[in-house]
Amino acid sequence: MIQDSAYTFKILRYDAKEPERRPRFCTYRIRVIPGLTVLAVLLRIRDEIDGTLSFRCSCRSAVCGSCAMVINGKLDLACRTQVAAFDTDTIILEPLPNFEVIRDLVVDMTPFWQMYDKIQPYLIRRSHAPEKEIPQSEGERRQIDQFVNCILCACCWGACPVLAREPGYLGPAAAAKLERFVLDSRDERPASTLSLVNDEKGVWACDTVFRCIDACPKDVRPTDAIVGLRKAMVKQSFKKILGKAKDET
Amino acid sequence: MISHDILIVGGGLTGLRAAVGLCDRFNVGLISKVYPVRSHSICAQGGINAALTNNPDGRDDSWEKHAFDTIKGSDFLADQDAVEIMCKEAINIVYEMEHWGCPFSRFPDGTIAQRPFGGAAYPRTCYSSDITGHVLLNTLYERAVAKGVKIYPEWFVTALCVEDGQCHGVVALDMHSGELVPVRAGVTFFGTGGYGRVYQHSTNSLTSTGSGIGMAYKAGVPLKDMEFVQFHPTTLIGTNILMTEACRGEGGYLVNNQGERFMKRYAPTAKELAPRDIVSRCIQTEINEGRGFDHPLGRYIQLDLRHLGEEKIQERLTGIRKICIDFIGIDPVKEPIPIMPCQHYSMGGIDVNERCATEVRGFYAGGECACVSVHGANRLGGNSLLETIAFGKLAAQAISEDMEGGIPKPDEKSLLKLKDEVEKKILRLTAPGREKPYQLQADLGVVMDQKVGIFRTREQLKQAVDKLPELKERYRHVGVSSPSRHMNYELINALELEYMLEVAHTIALGAMLREESRGSHFRTDFNTRNDRDWLKHTIARMGDDGGPAISYKDVVITRYQPVERKY
Repeated sequence: MIQDSAYTFKILRYDAKEPERRPRFCTYRIRVIPGLTVLAVLLRIRDEIDGTLSFRCSCRSAVCGSCAMVINGKLDLACRTQVAAFDTDTIILEPLPNFEVIRDLVVDMTPFWQMYDKIQPYLIRRSHAPEKEIPQSEGERRQIDQFVNCILCACCWGACPVLAREPGYLGPAAAAKLERFVLDSRDERPASTLSLVNDEKGVWACDTVFRCIDACPKDVRPTDAIVGLRKAMVKQSFKKILGKAKDET
Repeated sequence: MISHDILIVGGGLTGLRAAVGLCDRFNVGLISKVYPVRSHSICAQGGINAALTNNPDGRDDSWEKHAFDTIKGSDFLADQDAVEIMCKEAINIVYEMEHWGCPFSRFPDGTIAQRPFGGAAYPRTCYSSDITGHVLLNTLYERAVAKGVKIYPEWFVTALCVEDGQCHGVVALDMHSGELVPVRAGVTFFGTGGYGRVYQHSTNSLTSTGSGIGMAYKAGVPLKDMEFVQFHPTTLIGTNILMTEACRGEGGYLVNNQGERFMKRYAPTAKELAPRDIVSRCIQTEINEGRGFDHPLGRYIQLDLRHLGEEKIQERLTGIRKICIDFIGIDPVKEPIPIMPCQHYSMGGIDVNERCATEVRGFYAGGECACVSVHGANRLGGNSLLETIAFGKLAAQAISEDMEGGIPKPDEKSLLKLKDEVEKKILRLTAPGREKPYQLQADLGVVMDQKVGIFRTREQLKQAVDKLPELKERYRHVGVSSPSRHMNYELINALELEYMLEVAHTIALGAMLREESRGSHFRTDFNTRNDRDWLKHTIARMGDDGGPAISYKDVVITRYQPVERKY
């Protein structure tokens, strides 16, 4: 038989519709078998103990990006985090930082999606589409590998020290998405589209302290994207100075 | 009241593709109960079928061969005209998605990479490592953003408004504000996904409840072929996370506790790459006859990838390796993966024709929630991603054509009446009740797993059919913990449960009445296919007594006469 053990879950509760009730921790005692994930326990708490608890989840296999939260101080997806992964029988759950809380562990991700929309997150082509696929070598495809893996869970947003002090900042995920297209051999966006993020609220705001890389559950390195975009911008401005500006190519 | 020419419900591949196809000409709104990129389409791993002939072993492939494989895979229950349309369209769809930026994996010559998949005579499954659903969904969402599609994220549709044979829109719950909003629409299109969660064990997302199917059914729209439920052969024990068919497509073995590659015995030619219905039954037979492995999480069979080597596993099955390490502490480079079959896909669904139209004016459906039927009694791997995009696109074309004579005028009074009914329903659910929705859903899942599973008998099916009215009765006493309506997932769960019970009822009754074995529907008491009596679609309508009323409809056969399926 598998032995279960007792755990204490402390979950930060708050409802933006009842602002007079301050954020507070609710404590749940629950017996857990080894191998159970934080999400599995959250579902049990909601379904069996306290139906008022609110959190997002869907795929339960670390691909949909719904259940990002702070788990014992670490940003991660609840579905891929094992309860037994910590050297303690107390698990503290808090909503993603740098967002407004709607209810309990559910945050308002509107600013995150606004930044996503802002960078023109789609392939831009100006040539005529060929009859078949646009050719791309295996090497060219590999260039965008890590950025393609982003699941938009916003762990990076929650981890970002810049967002903590400057709410208007672009954020790591949008930068990674932009770099995914800039590096795509098929993309033909005009160089001027980089100017959308070429300011102190854009890629230049980043502290390059790599918190986003530590937080990413899919091994994406948004800082690589930010550094790459900065280099492209510098190159572009040099070209301008030297009068070689072919801005619209 | 919100108003749109066309309202799309569902932000997965089908819904997004339909929206992208319609938004230039019409005022389109898209409602999704999650942010669109969280939709279940994201979970598809292995790939999308299209006869591109890029693979050196697939140069002789053609859309006709793809159609034949699909029809044979369907155990001849698919409508052959619809399959032909889909397989022809497949090639355009894959190129179109590529042109829109989809990052497919590539062959050394720069073309889209293709791998072998179950039940296919040629390697025609286009893929991006093992995250094909993820890249396709992101690409279509990106297209929707580029085109400025109006999206209502985290809105839950509570009921479909049909009166006098016409659809007038829906009543939706804005999950952020908690407000109940009638949405008026000349045309309503459902791309609401499958019903995996009516089973206890399923690879599906927790959001794949089938509530859209149940909503249409309760509004009087008939359902088709609901008894055909796909059980995927390889899901991780415990969590039932999908281990893509690409594991076998890339060369993985299935091994029993004798160390035997047992598929050689059952399907000497195709072996591990026989279609899913067959492989699932073989695995279950091995387990039932004592040749499985024991584990506290259940009996299992091994999926062995070790001989593929670390490089290939890391490149082509990156996600699978990560899932195994994260979720069960096993690295498939070093150890076999413990797998078992479980519910994976809904072949049946809302009865639509090849234009995605239902018999209700102004109501269309596509993707997994619908049944055209292109999958018949068993779907081939790589054909679901294809269906979602193909029929999203074809639905958009059909709706555009149908709107040429003018957009139907929805009736506001019917919508307001429906809103009042939903309001009352929510008040009832938020009053104290003795049944927890979770417990009832769990009990439903057990009934479906145990009585309407891979191997079926009349006796067990009868028990399920008898049990469902009892569960429905219990539903009348369901109460949730909090009366607040914003981000109240227990309330959403309770609202969906009503529809899940209806969906389950149609599955169980359809299965009990179909006295033959075809594709995924296997009756141990009628263990062969019977074309004379059963080469027909099951149609389920809500009957006067509240239970399903069953009738039948002919299968469309164009050029492929039913033959015995051998692999």
